[in-house]
Amino acid sequence: MAELHGESPLVTRAETLAGSSVPGVLHLSEVAFTAQVTLRVDPKSPAAERIGTAVGTMLPNQPGQVARTERLQILWMGPDEWLLIGPEGGAEQLQATLTEALGEEHGSVVDVSGHRTIVEVTGPKSRELLAKGCALDLHRRSFASDQCAQTLLARTGVVLLCRDVEQPSFWIFVRSSFARYLADWLADAAAEYRV
Amino acid sequence: MTGEYRLADGGRIDRDRPVRFRFDGHDYEGCAGDTLASALLANGVHQVGTSIRYGRPRGIAAAGPEEPNALVQIEEPFPEPMLTATTVELRDGLVASGLPGQGRLATEPDPARYDAINAHCDVLVVGAGPAGLAAARSAARSGARVIVADADTEFGGSLLGTRDELDQAPAWRWIDRVTSELQASPDVTVLPRTTVFGCYDDNYLVAVEHRGEDAFTRQRAWHIRAREIVLATGSHERPLVFPGNDRPGTMLASSARTYLHRYGVLPGRRAVVFTTNDSAYAAAVDLHDAGVEIAAVVDVRPVATTVWTARCVERGIRILTNCAVTGTSGADRVSGAQVSSLPSGDAAPAELDCDLLLVSGGWNPAVHLHSQARGTVRYSEELGALVPDRTPRGVRTVGAAAGTFTTAECLRAGSEAGSDAAREAGFHADVAEVPGSPSGPVTPPQPIWLLPGLSADSDDEQFVDLARDATVADVRKAVGAGMSSVEHIKRFTTIGTAHDQGKTSGLLSSGVIAELLGVEVAEVGATTFRPPYAPVAFAALAGRDRGDLYDPIRVTAMHDWHLEQDCPFENVGQWKRPWYYPQPGEDMESAVLRECHAVRTGVGMQDVSTLGKIDVQGPDAAEFLDLVYTNKMSTLRVGRIRYGVMCHADGMVFDDGTVMRTGEHRYLVSTTSGGAAGVLEWLEDWLQTEWPHLRVHLTSVTEQWATIALAGPRSREVLARVTSDIDLTNDAFPFMSWTDGTVAGSGARVCRISFSGELAFEINVPWWHGRQVWEALHRAGSEFGITPYGTETMHVLRAEKGFPIVGQDTDGTVTPHDLGMGWAVSKKKDDFLGMRSFSREDTARSDRKHLVGLLPPAGSAVVPEGTQLVDSTELPAPPVPMLGHITSSYRSAALDRPFALALVKSGRDRIGQTIYGHVGDELVPVEITEPVFYDKEGNRRDG
Amino acid sequence: MMLIPCPWCGPRNETEFHYGGQADVSYPADPQAVSDVDWARFLFFRANTKGIFTERWNHQAGCRRWFTVRRDTTTNEIFHDDSHEAVTR
Repeated sequence: MAELHGESPLVTRAETLAGSSVPGVLHLSEVAFTAQVTLRVDPKSPAAERIGTAVGTMLPNQPGQVARTERLQILWMGPDEWLLIGPEGGAEQLQATLTEALGEEHGSVVDVSGHRTIVEVTGPKSRELLAKGCALDLHRRSFASDQCAQTLLARTGVVLLCRDVEQPSFWIFVRSSFARYLADWLADAAAEYRV
Repeated sequence: MTGEYRLADGGRIDRDRPVRFRFDGHDYEGCAGDTLASALLANGVHQVGTSIRYGRPRGIAAAGPEEPNALVQIEEPFPEPMLTATTVELRDGLVASGLPGQGRLATEPDPARYDAINAHCDVLVVGAGPAGLAAARSAARSGARVIVADADTEFGGSLLGTRDELDQAPAWRWIDRVTSELQASPDVTVLPRTTVFGCYDDNYLVAVEHRGEDAFTRQRAWHIRAREIVLATGSHERPLVFPGNDRPGTMLASSARTYLHRYGVLPGRRAVVFTTNDSAYAAAVDLHDAGVEIAAVVDVRPVATTVWTARCVERGIRILTNCAVTGTSGADRVSGAQVSSLPSGDAAPAELDCDLLLVSGGWNPAVHLHSQARGTVRYSEELGALVPDRTPRGVRTVGAAAGTFTTAECLRAGSEAGSDAAREAGFHADVAEVPGSPSGPVTPPQPIWLLPGLSADSDDEQFVDLARDATVADVRKAVGAGMSSVEHIKRFTTIGTAHDQGKTSGLLSSGVIAELLGVEVAEVGATTFRPPYAPVAFAALAGRDRGDLYDPIRVTAMHDWHLEQDCPFENVGQWKRPWYYPQPGEDMESAVLRECHAVRTGVGMQDVSTLGKIDVQGPDAAEFLDLVYTNKMSTLRVGRIRYGVMCHADGMVFDDGTVMRTGEHRYLVSTTSGGAAGVLEWLEDWLQTEWPHLRVHLTSVTEQWATIALAGPRSREVLARVTSDIDLTNDAFPFMSWTDGTVAGSGARVCRISFSGELAFEINVPWWHGRQVWEALHRAGSEFGITPYGTETMHVLRAEKGFPIVGQDTDGTVTPHDLGMGWAVSKKKDDFLGMRSFSREDTARSDRKHLVGLLPPAGSAVVPEGTQLVDSTELPAPPVPMLGHITSSYRSAALDRPFALALVKSGRDRIGQTIYGHVGDELVPVEITEPVFYDKEGNRRDG
Repeated sequence: MMLIPCPWCGPRNETEFHYGGQADVSYPADPQAVSDVDWARFLFFRANTKGIFTERWNHQAGCRRWFTVRRDTTTNEIFHDDSHEAVTR
């Protein structure tokens, strides 16, 4: 794939997101081309343990929990499902690592890097902006740093990740086909902060 | 001066900020802080509109959302129908007119923005009167997250309409202090101008915040999930039923007091006060002190309360006990009240001159939200009102809403409820201190529903529901017809169904019904309280879900390229798919014929990224797919592809697609564009709940891939230009197989599948490369005249081959056998979903509807899809025996004629016969054929 | 707006879920051995309980897991118990 860099799902919405940002209040941007891999494995299996060793942290076993290493964020997606996020270009290496650690045991490793893109929302108005379309309680006491949730934002499914609770920072994972809708929605919801 | 009835001082309005407005064509001036109603009264305007059935003049009867009469149409700043003048905030440039009971919708789009927000709290306090403020303060001091909402422009509730003192100072000082304290608490959200209009399951409440015409969003819907709720929603004063009780100038006593104290307005010069209870005396005394002459206080009770009697005597106000107002006079404003003694009472003067008639029939606690929250109510004989009975967990109803009518009691109960709610939500909470307030002895009210001794002739002038123009005569008619249920009578008389939802008329009608039936009010009960508590604009409910954001628009990686071609799009589920690509001067039919011709003779390309894709992995993947597809997938070799049909357990087709075996324990399954989510959920259902022993994992990868169909006899040549590492020969890369390689510089999975019958390739590349690979293929194909085609051409081409589309040629009542796809149903499996149903009597019938082809005469028009099919050249008398209907119908470039697919009763046994399609008034002959019209031998798929 | 307790993700708004109807309607072990009448009963007949009803939900917008809850159909009250057996039909 070296020849092609490709276009991220929100390449045509970069200006929309930038234009919706207000310094010191809210910043919106796409985090494109991250490596994303879905892992399914029995959390109690030796394979899960081997994977933990291979990636450098145990798979988070609490709903909504996120584990981090220097290179990876591992999001709990279900009782036997995780989404691993790594740097651009790292999907094949990550899949190889996981597949090797899985060995002959039952599990699955699927590249979903193109399936979703990420919108980063930071700034003091982040929570209010998200609350306009998300019914989860995003209060600092309820949705803290390194917590994630699969839920609805506006009329689309998302994975919401709280990156920092003090200096509010969130990642919104959205399916590529819904990304523009979500970007347009976010821009509309953020419009009042520009006034 | 803003109106001749405006006092020189007093009230919460700002006399230094005059506000100009226009009502019914006249220019007036009011003050900042006025409502439209208070500003009209300040200018001496009482009549606002006319009544809906009888066209009688109607005025301002209340000072809040319970107003049954004063309906106005707003013209400027933006047309809005049917608002009550009592809830419209006055603003400069407001133009309004009175309504005859109903308004009109704007014909232009509303330029304002509306939005919504979700909120969570430990304690939600609804209502910011004395009880609500005390509750909010107690709760807030515990550190709990508190939301306090009130419909009014400022907090204070009933205190705003009185001159009551708290801690020996004007009440507003305490209100301001508490409001400031709440506003300063970081976890408290203070929401004035916010009407909580509905209480739904699990303490979910919805409110509308009126943010003002100058706010960025005009209204905001708040979706609030509260752990605990304190309902301090206050009460509404109840009017009285008597002849002529609808004349403008007739007003609830407490509302007159509110106009005086809050707005500095005298609602009249000479008043008669008609009451069943103590509260109206305060209005009489206060108005007197402000300069209104009180002609008399008419009290139905035999004895007035001593303290009030003393205050009246002091002021020379006459009290007529055991008396009632039994009629009014006046044209568009009351000019006199007839007063009669009640049977057994003393004689009384016949007529009192007045321009204001204040009434008080008691108080109705506002139990709407309490009742919506599934709290029960009971009728209190003592109060003559419905009061909360059982309260559900997580809800507390306090203050006047609970039938508590002294300020001191409301403050105390509110403060306790606030701390109790916070404790229940897990906080350490004390009961905050409450200010001292005066209270005196109270004489119980004497509820009266129908005045005794009046002739039945007056029935149709005694209004029960002013908003609906429903009278005692209407109720009598309902009862006379045998109705006794309040719900039936409500529907017959329409009482309680207007904009105010019976806030003033609801219990009144129960009382009248009880009198007419000769039963207790408690026995009659009341109608159900349903949301919304107050009218809500649809725009507020829609929020930002309108225009392009109404529903998500899903697009593919190649969407911008399609946009650049200016092609029309077809909606497929939430996807936008190119429909056809017209060239200059082409209409749809000519564009589709051209595209079809290109695919059959040259090469075409289509964006098929929207098809659902599910990765299926695990040692039991093959066994699992054997159970969910009608055909066998375990025998598929790695590297090969098989078409599969999925049925529900009832044997009816519900989705189809291709299955690729990508590894020993791994498959990639494709679904229809609209069916992807449903199929995944369906598969998970069986895997998780019926067959948890199967070791299989499912992962949606729909958007991982951008997918391009390259179809037509020249497709191989085009693909060869952009790939060097895939052997494209039939031997190396046979039909229904796949291979990985590089296409236009991108890693790709290429499949030999065809939905057109032509030689075709399906190229899957990572989403990010979709557009670049698409463009590379388009360039590579230019010398072959490559033609992008849309969903319409795809539909025609597949129909020529007799391939059904699930959801178009099927409708949930069609089996694979009905489709003529018995070949896709395995006979070698022990079981699969749907199998057992194929031997059910109804499913095994031979005369079911079959998918067949239909040929209208060459040269005729395309017969519309949905056309019903019959057997005869003339329609017999109904019921007409139906044979089926046309499911797909197009003009074929290859056949040079129209053709169709149809579901026809016993169709396969009738091939060659002619039946008739009912089009308009005509019966069009169509010949039944095999469903495959083109390349029956399947020679073209290898090029 | 009901709050439905997903055994994994906790209580969420009902809009995140899909309804799965009556619980404990098992797919017959050997459908071919079932009579037409019993098969029709399995396919088409479901209880329509007024009161406490055991039913299935799928956390569609969340973890995609199917689970069972007991709900009073007259009040929508959901009874919180036996989450261990929740993921069965």
